[in-house]
Amino acid sequence: MARKKRKAPSINATSSADIAFMLLLFFLLTSSMDTDRGLPRRLPQPVPKDQKKEDVDIKKRNLLVVLISSSNQILCGGEYVDIKQLKDRVKEFVENPYNDEHKPEKIDVDVPLFGNMMVTKNHVISLQNDRGTSYQAYIDVQNELAAAYTELRNDVSQKKFGKIFAELDEEQQKAVQTIYPQKISEAEPKNYGGGK
Amino acid sequence: MGKFNKAGGREMPELNTSSLPDLVFAFLFFIMMVTSMREVSLKVVFRSPQATELQKLEKKSLVTFIYVGEPMQEFRAQMGTATRVQLNDNFAEISEIESYIAQEKGSMKEEDAPFMTVSIKADKETQMGIITDIKQALREAYALKISYSASPRVNPL
Repeated sequence: MARKKRKAPSINATSSADIAFMLLLFFLLTSSMDTDRGLPRRLPQPVPKDQKKEDVDIKKRNLLVVLISSSNQILCGGEYVDIKQLKDRVKEFVENPYNDEHKPEKIDVDVPLFGNMMVTKNHVISLQNDRGTSYQAYIDVQNELAAAYTELRNDVSQKKFGKIFAELDEEQQKAVQTIYPQKISEAEPKNYGGGK
Repeated sequence: MGKFNKAGGREMPELNTSSLPDLVFAFLFFIMMVTSMREVSLKVVFRSPQATELQKLEKKSLVTFIYVGEPMQEFRAQMGTATRVQLNDNFAEISEIESYIAQEKGSMKEEDAPFMTVSIKADKETQMGIITDIKQALREAYALKISYSASPRVNPL
């Protein structure tokens, strides 16, 4: 008898794609894809306990004190400023465009790719806060400081390379960083305004 | 001229979908690799502050998180409403940070340890006192790379 050859019955696999999709959706929803963003900073080295605190001598003209009070007011170089003005203040301080003698001294530095440049190498921005300052105010100030440096670096990168700082290659970024080194010093905590 | 007639009753050939599940599975595994399931359950209220000059944290495996904020409603009965620190899944004191960091460092590969980053996820209403204490503790623990976690600014300054 010439019977038809029987095939092994195959499992209907059309829905396995759907199952896989369900799994995929489940993982997409439950896992967190969000990249954590933030303001990166470097803390200073801890002071050894046995070492006497030595005061680093910084010339007054090289120092800009930014103080955030417990009521979140900003005192920049001895004057109350609004958060919106802070960036321009900092830019002016770091850049010192008119060679003001109350602003940081400019030192002749041989910068790779750029040649000799006058750089306010020794400037320091001292960021002080009270224990009662709110975190948002502190982040705002940190953000404005970072924005000031970013703008300065972008300006010089744009002029020299025609690109913004973030798009430069590593060597160029190093050179630009030599011109505008980010020098934010976070002072030891103080307690002015009372409050915990 | 029946040449172009559809006398043969030809059907549209069906698309072979038997490899579709494999494709989807490959995609699934990709997603599982790049995302991190290691999510601690938050015990503090955390609304991130806003900023514009943000940078992404590069390597997730090198990042340690410290959460700061007021305890959530269900923990207020025991913990009160004062701002607390959360390490991993538990409330902690500032003094415990140093040993926590040391322990996290120990669990990393030795060559990775210097690149460890601590991300401080603090509520925006937090007072700076506790943040300063945390920073001092991190300095003592030699975890000098930190990142103040923030979200992109929505409402202008």
